[in-house]
Amino acid sequence: MAAFDEKEYTQAFDWSIWKRLFPILARFKGRYLKMVVFTGFTDLLDAALPLFQLYAVAHFIQAGTLEGLVPFAAAYLAAILAESVLVIAATRQTMHIEMYLGRDLRRDLFQHLQTLSLSFYNVTPVGYLLTRITNDTNRIAGNLAWGLNDMVDEIIYVVSSFAIMFALDWQLALVVMLVAPFVAALTVYFQPRILDWNRKVRKINSKITGAFNEGITGAKTAKTLVIEDQSIRNFKDLTGSMNRSAVRAARLNAVYIPVTLFFSTLTVAIVLLRGGWLVKEQVMEIATLSAFITYAMNIFEPLQRMANNLAEFIAVQASIERVTGLLDETPQVTDAPEVIEKYGDAFSPKRENWEPLAGEIEFKDVTFRYPDGGDNVLEHFNLKIPAGATVAIVGETGAGKSTLVNLACRFFEPTEGQILIDGRDYRERSQLWLHSNIGYVLQSPHLFSGSIRENIRYGRLDATDAEIEAAAKAVSVDQVVAKLDQGWDSDVGEEGDRLSTGEKQLISFARAVLADPRIFVLDEATSSIDTQTEQYIQSAIDHLLRDRTSFLIAHRLSTIRKADMILVVRDGKIVEQGTHQSLLRAHGYYHDLYSKQFAEENAVKVLGA
Amino acid sequence: MESQMKLTPKEKTAMILDQLRGNWGYFAGALILAWMNTACNAVIPQVISVTVDSVLGSKEPGLPGFLQALLPLDRLRADPWAALWMAAGAVVLIAAVRGVCIFGMRVNMAKGSEGFVKKLRDSLYGHIQRLSFQWHTAHATGDIIQRCTSDVEVIRTFVCNQMVEVLRTGFLIVLYTGIMLVMNWRLALIPLAFIPVTGLASGVFYGKISARFQVADEAEGELTTCAQENLTGVRVVRAFGRERFEIDRFAQKNDRFSALWVELGKVLSVYWASGVLLVCLQIMAVVVAGSMAAVNGDITLGDFQAFVIYNSTMAWPVRSLGRVLSEMSKAGVSMDRVGQILRAEEEPDHPEAKSVKLSGDIVFDRVTFGYEGQEVLRDVSFTIPWGSTFAVLGGTGSGKSTLVHLLDRLYDLEEGQGRVTIGGVDIRDISREDLRRQVGLVLQEPFLFSQTIRENIAATRPDASDEELRKCAEIACVDEAIADLPQGYETVVGERGVTLSGGQKQRVAIARMLLQNAPVMVFDDSLSAVDAETDTKIRAALKERMSQATVILISHRVTTLMQADRILVLDKGRVADMGTHAELIARPGIYKEIYDIQMSSDDRALVEKGGEA
Repeated sequence: MAAFDEKEYTQAFDWSIWKRLFPILARFKGRYLKMVVFTGFTDLLDAALPLFQLYAVAHFIQAGTLEGLVPFAAAYLAAILAESVLVIAATRQTMHIEMYLGRDLRRDLFQHLQTLSLSFYNVTPVGYLLTRITNDTNRIAGNLAWGLNDMVDEIIYVVSSFAIMFALDWQLALVVMLVAPFVAALTVYFQPRILDWNRKVRKINSKITGAFNEGITGAKTAKTLVIEDQSIRNFKDLTGSMNRSAVRAARLNAVYIPVTLFFSTLTVAIVLLRGGWLVKEQVMEIATLSAFITYAMNIFEPLQRMANNLAEFIAVQASIERVTGLLDETPQVTDAPEVIEKYGDAFSPKRENWEPLAGEIEFKDVTFRYPDGGDNVLEHFNLKIPAGATVAIVGETGAGKSTLVNLACRFFEPTEGQILIDGRDYRERSQLWLHSNIGYVLQSPHLFSGSIRENIRYGRLDATDAEIEAAAKAVSVDQVVAKLDQGWDSDVGEEGDRLSTGEKQLISFARAVLADPRIFVLDEATSSIDTQTEQYIQSAIDHLLRDRTSFLIAHRLSTIRKADMILVVRDGKIVEQGTHQSLLRAHGYYHDLYSKQFAEENAVKVLGA
Repeated sequence: MESQMKLTPKEKTAMILDQLRGNWGYFAGALILAWMNTACNAVIPQVISVTVDSVLGSKEPGLPGFLQALLPLDRLRADPWAALWMAAGAVVLIAAVRGVCIFGMRVNMAKGSEGFVKKLRDSLYGHIQRLSFQWHTAHATGDIIQRCTSDVEVIRTFVCNQMVEVLRTGFLIVLYTGIMLVMNWRLALIPLAFIPVTGLASGVFYGKISARFQVADEAEGELTTCAQENLTGVRVVRAFGRERFEIDRFAQKNDRFSALWVELGKVLSVYWASGVLLVCLQIMAVVVAGSMAAVNGDITLGDFQAFVIYNSTMAWPVRSLGRVLSEMSKAGVSMDRVGQILRAEEEPDHPEAKSVKLSGDIVFDRVTFGYEGQEVLRDVSFTIPWGSTFAVLGGTGSGKSTLVHLLDRLYDLEEGQGRVTIGGVDIRDISREDLRRQVGLVLQEPFLFSQTIRENIAATRPDASDEELRKCAEIACVDEAIADLPQGYETVVGERGVTLSGGQKQRVAIARMLLQNAPVMVFDDSLSAVDAETDTKIRAALKERMSQATVILISHRVTTLMQADRILVLDKGRVADMGTHAELIARPGIYKEIYDIQMSSDDRALVEKGGEA
């Protein structure tokens, strides 16, 4: 039950993690090659541009003639145009890699998540998974495209600049080369520290967002408790610590930048000193010196960026680890190879081999405990449910009423024993075969963004509009639709939030009706719903129970009474079993539950109108 | 709705200036240091120019008189080493000054902008805490949170990055073009001509792209929603066997999102390339025209080189200025959204409001009340004797919660709407805080903060002892449940911690209220998610250990209601009936109806038979 902690990843570079990406990266081999070529040539040109200035000084200004100016200008222009075109080409390749690499990662991850068991989902928060699918894949793709591109860009620029400097004057070039490592070392020293502080700042920032969330959601409660002042003080403490950390991070940066600037200027000064002497001695041209100064000034920025990018690039390892970690999760419930052979898997079912399902369910000597540990919640449990029967499961909130349903639906498998459907162990058939025969209506109904029609169609994808409307009418969804401007095509909003809980419930009933399942599971809502909708829901339930093997996780007396068999759950165990009448006569726990529930429901009924 | 109103530019400026108060110095300091840095940077090309022309060459330097006097030119010419040392020393010295400027600028900037954003956040948070109950009821939480986070971020960028960037770059452009104009005005016409072209092209282009950015962002939102719905609805997906369908749906959105970005990338690549093209063209134009001017003797070699440096230093910032200006135009919307919150009125309390120790009967005297044009209560009068237990029965929309909200002054009655008095004092004359401290209220859907259970229960009295804490938890029947949690009272609950069941939440909220030690305690249907058995236990414990308190119960449970000293039956905002349990079942009415249904039911008979057996 402990809160889900996100692991911190701060390990050193680990090659084996990166290797995992190779199969995906291999798909982009051609693109990478083009990216390197285009970016490389862009940088060669970029590094060569100051040479035009050198040429202008040497050949026109110092010689005092404008001869050859036109071809010079033409060549200069050609170089600029070529560079611009290359920028376009390189950008497009990189963008392509980034987007499609990200797409492939997201796709693989999403597809894998569809195969994982519900036990996995029970312990993993949705937010965590969502961050993996969105942020981490984006970061990986961004870095493996732009991060690599930038590194190629910087390396080629630096190398070609040095090459030119060596060609101009190797001794001066050596001076520059000697200072360069200092700047690189400074960057290597400062960058991780700056990154570290920035991470702290980001963490506090997300705390501030959390505090806003809480302060706004809890404002009414804060008011009734008169703790506004306390809450405001706490918030100010938080923004205060944000302020300190952010200023701290900025100060570190504020030191780093001038210090590296100073070093690079020192280089320029040395070049000026030595080069000036050489010019005075007429060993070197003034033009060469000024070109040299240009190079010496320009080379440090890419050097710094290189160190910086490298640090960020390595930091992506954590994202890769998280994503591959998720891809390594194995489903708890799997179909045996021979089952897949015959019935197909979740993605390519062989429906032609599926037997029809009648709906008889038998628990045979079933012992079960949840995979995340704890006691056995079922021990040597036996129960035979004839096809078409209705089983109600009652008990207080949190008593473990879902366990039987989870087992019957094969969301979990028995630890020991068997569950037979139509007389055969359900593990002999595919999960999809069973799931395609189940209709499931949840306590908090889940809808998808899209129209009402699309949501109902989820029950049977090839249903015609007429069939959808018929199914909807059977459970009074047409009454809901009539109130909406767009009718059947009304958008239900994200997770259906434009509709009331009752309306969402009705639509999820319609979805189940359309699916026409042999097994029907209803996890009944406790929330009070207006009388009219309540009536619709009652008749919808009647409609759905007809001729199907049904499990009701029920709260309402009216629903419970309809059951052929009632199982009473307390503290995770089944404590009583029987019909409504026999259980009342037994005067046990069910009797207790029932009498309390009864008093309440009647009061609501009278008042509610 | 008032929150949709737009602010005039004057109001927006006033708002920003108000939030800037206290941090002006930092911003001014940062700006001045930034300008000094730019100015220092402008000196370096001059050093190079003088060195080239007057030390290595023989031209008289065109420096201002006092500088010229400082420069021992003859000696320098005689001793070129000294001259070079001097030039190199000047470069290093300038770098040192620049280093100090940059350091100071960055530190000031950080202090200024962090101070600004802290002030803005603090005022928002504080203001929101003090806004009325009604305001909180009328506004969607998600939207308010968005305004406090994303919109604040936009405003921060606007003030701390974009404004400063514009002022900095503006100065750079003015200074550099000024220098170039002085050096050679004809040559300076080239960069002058490029400024509007580059800036405008960048701004307009960027404006165009941002529409596409929005489309791509929306596609990303859809993709995220799709994944989120799939993950939260995993049971539905599995139960219907819709894995294939989900994968296809996700793939389609994934493809669309990626394709949109690749398309956007094509436009962006042109945008970037056009930047490279324009900037390089500007440099090239100066190199070519400068060469011609130098050959014609219009400028010296040193000036040519200095000119080239000024020109290329200026070219990129002009381009980024265009983008920044185009982005800045978006900040107005965010200022509207934040300004609307800051302008909403806080809960008023009239100045003579007293601090009173509550005691005496609670009287609702001809109370008529409604909000948003809908009448909720009509002419409601009743008295709750001090120290008694009072119960309210009513259906949805009967106005029963409003009664409680009025008593806690979450809403105030206006003139002519009747009055609520405690011990004869109109509650509007009692200060809000004082009143609320003495009226403990558990809301229907109580909110627990993302803190430990201890901190939650001790919210009103952080210094409460463990013993007191546990006593309250025991009365609320939640002590055992807490002990079962992994870290007991230190377990963090809420969004970042363990999720409690509805009943557990309600009981923790009751414990929290009990610790408040209020003489008046109100339970607004706050045991609805607790099973009936526990409900009875809690009320018994309350009666035993807090017998002095005035208790107001709102409930659907007859078993709960019947134990009150008095029961008020509320129907559609009017008093339908009032009396003791015995009185109420002796006459026809809603209360008796409920009771009768129970008595006449076959099932009830069966239950009772079972009970006798």
